[in-house]
Formats: sequence, structure tokens, C-alpha cells
Amino acid sequence: MALGMIFLPLLLAGVAALIPSNRLRPWVLPFAGIIHLAMFVCVVTVPGLADWSLFQGEGALLGLDPAGTVILGLVSGLFALASIYSVGYLGHRQDRPNRVFIAGLLAFLGFASVVPWSRHLGLAWVAIEATTLSMAPLIYFNHSKRSIEATWKYLLVGSVGIALALLGTFFIAYSSLSAGLPASMDIDTLSVNAALLSKPWLHAAFILALIGYGTKMGLAPMHTWKPDAYGEAPGVVGAIFAGGVTSIAFLAFLRFYVIVGRAGEASFASRLLLPMGLLSMAVAGVFMIGQRDFKRMLAYSSVEHMGILMIGLGVGGPALFGTMLHVVTNGATKGVLFLSAGNIHRAYASKSTDRVRGALRRLPLSASFFLAAFFAITGSPPFGPFVSEFSIISAAFGTGHYLGAALFLLFLLVVFVGMGRTVLTVLQGRVPVQETAPADAAYRDDFLTVAPVAILMSVVLLLGLWIPAPLGELLNNAAHLIGGAA
Amino acid sequence: MLDVLNAVLVVVMILNLFALGTSRINSVIRIVAVEGALLGPVPLLLHGAGDISGASVLAAAVAVVLKGLVIPAIMRRSLRAADIKREVEPFVGFLPSVLLGAVGTGIALVFSARMGSGGGSTANLIIPAAIATILVGFIILTTRWKALSQVIGYLMLENGIFIFGMLLVEAIPFVVEMGVLLDLFVGIFVISIITNHINEAFSSMDTRKLASLKEE
Repeated sequence: MALGMIFLPLLLAGVAALIPSNRLRPWVLPFAGIIHLAMFVCVVTVPGLADWSLFQGEGALLGLDPAGTVILGLVSGLFALASIYSVGYLGHRQDRPNRVFIAGLLAFLGFASVVPWSRHLGLAWVAIEATTLSMAPLIYFNHSKRSIEATWKYLLVGSVGIALALLGTFFIAYSSLSAGLPASMDIDTLSVNAALLSKPWLHAAFILALIGYGTKMGLAPMHTWKPDAYGEAPGVVGAIFAGGVTSIAFLAFLRFYVIVGRAGEASFASRLLLPMGLLSMAVAGVFMIGQRDFKRMLAYSSVEHMGILMIGLGVGGPALFGTMLHVVTNGATKGVLFLSAGNIHRAYASKSTDRVRGALRRLPLSASFFLAAFFAITGSPPFGPFVSEFSIISAAFGTGHYLGAALFLLFLLVVFVGMGRTVLTVLQGRVPVQETAPADAAYRDDFLTVAPVAILMSVVLLLGLWIPAPLGELLNNAAHLIGGAA
Repeated sequence: MLDVLNAVLVVVMILNLFALGTSRINSVIRIVAVEGALLGPVPLLLHGAGDISGASVLAAAVAVVLKGLVIPAIMRRSLRAADIKREVEPFVGFLPSVLLGAVGTGIALVFSARMGSGGGSTANLIIPAAIATILVGFIILTTRWKALSQVIGYLMLENGIFIFGMLLVEAIPFVVEMGVLLDLFVGIFVISIITNHINEAFSSMDTRKLASLKEE
């Protein structure tokens, strides 16, 4: 099943590249997305497949643990919905060839599936680097000067960052060799031997992984590519980035965090992660105030939430459940935000608050979801992110991180005010008299571009009201695994 | 065997400094290609004569062909298309950057002596050579303006990481080794397409022209 989830999308990427019709080709996306999601459901529900010791054994490369399951499910579900949306989006964008776009998206799905399944840090790295490359043509979809610039910055910063993560991976293998053990990049072997690993090399490996995968997640101060890339890429690409790419990078980093924790160095990790997380929140807050470009604003919101995840890991222990939940709630909410923002962008042919006003009248459905997701992402009840953020904050207070928790609350407030101003400007008021092309003026919400947003939004709401028992159990297991109590 | 390895690493460290000192982009491409081709077969030396497998020979051959021939060819094509020859007025001059690189290499030697290499005496030069090459890659990456020069810096960074990987030959399965090489190849391929588009759209490879996306 692992191989199916990895190779089917890659195979379909090839098939999509061979389909000559620009109009029919997008349908490959939901085909792949829905089969992928179905395979994920099989893996979780059929006991034999869900048993993560299935692939266990000497040198096994693939296997699924609870933390991997959470991320795999998020990526699979988000992709399935985004793929349906893409059919609608690409229908409006018949002016541009979509061959590379679709092949890139499908290749992303294949490589992204490798990361949760991977029991080998090197293999996970290879897959993440491959997703970096397969996402590059997606940012470049519009072939404008601005999108070239965004793609270049993304590729250069991303490649260098991810190269440092490879060095970190090598360092952690060497920390084993340096301690007189055989060199290993196997997650399970490293976890078992964690206490024996050479400390200086382990510390260096952790820092490199934090910088490397942190670049991919978009933690400040390595976030510089992010507003450019999210701003220039189509909304659906932003959704995949903010919900998918960041989550798999987080998972890869999590593997290092677990090993460092098992080595008894949790306080070392915490000293790095808490300031890093708070810095990301602060930077995001500063750049969101007065932000006129609503897609760049969403990029900063993603920086903020990656910071929250780092704070969750930094607090550790009781915050881990909330952190894993936050990966899911943030991913789903970002999906709603980027997809609905994409619709608004399309209708106005602009993403600046100078020209986009009155979206609630122009696109009632998309704008309402945008508004609801804004409340959700800023941590208002009754939505999912409220539950996960509340759980992280109360754990921070409970474990005596008073200053960190107080700053956390302060930054949440700053973000709420900054983001709220931009969002309300977009949504309220009168629709400006359009001087744009008639094609944009005729744009209306339609089923394909709204239904996936509605489904995602209901997931966000559901997670705020009630966490289904199997998901709760999965998150608990993941938190135990990360915390080392397994 | 060890003498050969150490000799290769010393040559690489000297080549690094040459790469820092020259303004002709074509020469820098050639230097990085020679480095890559020299380093490709080195893991075979470390396996010991007895247990060289077909897979490791294949991986070494792929590394040599990719880094020594294919990637330099792609880069030379971009260079010709852009019709540029030299890096002019880098952020840090050529001589100062050579000095910087030399100091960096010295620090790398001291640093790795302090860190202590545990896994036996396979090769004491591997860690300093890796760190020095990574540093030089960073210097090129951050102080040159032409998009192509920055790509060369990235390649050199990768060469440095490859050197470090030699310590870990038994921990890296064949799939992963090939995956890393394939990622590198596709990465350079995609990046060079983008540099060509930069050149067409901006009539220049100067990355300082890429400055329209920022906070207002």
C-alpha cells in the first residue's frame, strides 16, 4: 500500500503529461487525489495495514507510525479537496498550458507520501528535496517577471536550506559513528541508541535540521522566500504549500526532535525552539500590520503558525497533543484561506486591498468562508485552531513557561488586529467600479471552486467542537511517541 | 589507499581557493566539475578492496558522469545563452574572498581536531575538507551577483556535503544515494531553466535586478 500511495501519483504524473487536451487533463488530479485518500483510509482501517510494525525489521525503509499517519492523512485529504478545486480553477485558466502544473502537483503528492512512510532520515530528505523541485514550476505558473523572481528566490533559498538539512542528517549518522556505534540514519535504530550518541554532533545535527527544515517550513528568519512564493503562486498552490509542504517538513524535523529528546537533551531543544517560535510569531505579526496584499498576509500567517508548532515542541510534554492537533487544524484552515483567497483574487484580478473591496457582495460564498477561516486561524472559538492553540498555551502555563506563554498571547493579539484589518477591508464596503477585462467581471463562485472549501471549513469547525475518537487516539499515540513515553 | 584519499581531499581544498579567485565563470564551472569527478570514485576506496559491490561502482560512475560531465554541460549552455563571461564586482572582491576561504579552511581544520573524530582513523581530512568546501560554497553563494555563480556556489556546497557522506558509506542505502544524485541533477536542470528565463525576462543574470517583490 505504501508503494501504491507513492508510485500511483508519480505514474499519473507521467500519464497527465501525455494527455494532449488542456481541458481534460485537470481531471487526472481528482482521480489521483481520491484514490490516494481511499488508500489512506484502507491503511488506517484495515488492522494489518495499520500495524506500523509491519515493515519493521533490519534496515526496513518504509513503515508508518502514528505521527506519520497524522501527516499522511492531512496531506492526502488536503490534496484530494485541492485537486477538485484545481479542476475548477484550471477551467478558468485555459489561457495557460497546464501540463507542467498538473504533472508537478501529482509528483508532489507521490514524493510527499514518501516522507511519512520513511523510516530512514536520508530517504525522507530525498523525498523532501524532490517535493521542493516539483513545486517550483507551480510557483512559475503565470510566467510573469514577478513569478520568475519568486521562483528563483524559492529555489535558491529552499535548495540551500534543504542542503543544510542533509548535512544535519549526515551529522546525526556520524554522532552514532563517533560514539563507536555503526553509522545509522535509521530512525528506530537512532531512537534506541539515542542516549549513547555523541552529544556535540547530535547538537550540531539538531541545529542544522532546524535551519534546514525550518527554511522549508518558513520559520523566521529563514522565511524570506515565503511571502514572495505564496503571493505569486495560484491560491491552490498556496494551499498545498501552507498545509502540505510545511507539514511534511515539520514531520522530518520532528524525527530529529524525537531522537534528541530520547537522548535526554529535551532542554537543549527547548532553549532553541521557544525563542525561534516566538521570533516567527513576532516577525509575522509585524509584517501583517498594514499588509495590503492579502496573499502575502496569508504567507505571514503561515510563518506565525509554524512558530506556534515550534513553541509547542519547545514546551514539550503536555503540549505535544495540541501541537500534533495544530498541524492538522492549521493545515485545514490554511486550505480554506488560500482557496477562498484564490477565488477572490480571480474575481478582482488583484490581490491588493487598494482594489479589492466588498468581496462579501461580489463573491458571497468564498468571502464568507474567508471570513470564517480568518476567525478560525486567529484562534477564535468554536473552530479547530482554538482548541489546539488553547491546549498549547495551557500546557505552557502548566509547565512554568510564563514569559513564553504571555508573549504567545500578546503576539496572537497583534496578529488578530493586523490580519483583521486587511481581511475586513477586503470583505466590506462597496465593490469598486471595475476597469478589468470582462472575463474577470463575469467570474462567479461555482461548485468546483466552492464545494472543496466548504468541506474543509466544516472539518475545521468539527475539530473545534468534537475530536472523533479514532483521531484522538491517533494524536495521543503520536504525542506519546514524540514525548518518548511509548 | 588512505594516501590517495588524503591527496584528493587536499587537491579539492586547493581547487576551492582557485574557484574563489577567478572571475571567469567558465573556469569556476570547470573547477567544480573537476572536484565532482575527483570525488565521485572516492567512496570505492573507503569500501576496502574486498567488498566493492556492483551497486557502489554504479553509484560512483553516475556521480562522475553527472558532476563531471552532464551538470557542467547544462551550466555552460546557460552561460552561452546569457552571453556573459565574467563575474564583475562581486560583493566581496576576489582576493579578499580567497583569503576568507583560506582562513575558513584553517578554522575547519582546527574545529575538526577539537570535535574529535571517533570512528577510527579512516581519514582525518574528510571532516575538515567537507566543512571547508561547504564554507567556500557559501562564500560564492553569498558574495556573487550572477545567478549562475550562485548556482555554482550551491554545487560546491553539495560537493562538501558529499565529502562528509564518505564517512557514512555503510549507512546510506543505494536507493538513497541515487536519490540524492537524481535530486541534484533535476535541481540543477530546473534551476538552469529558471536562470535562462531570468536572462530572457530581465536581459541580465544579475540577481540584484530581481527586486520587485518586497514589503511596501
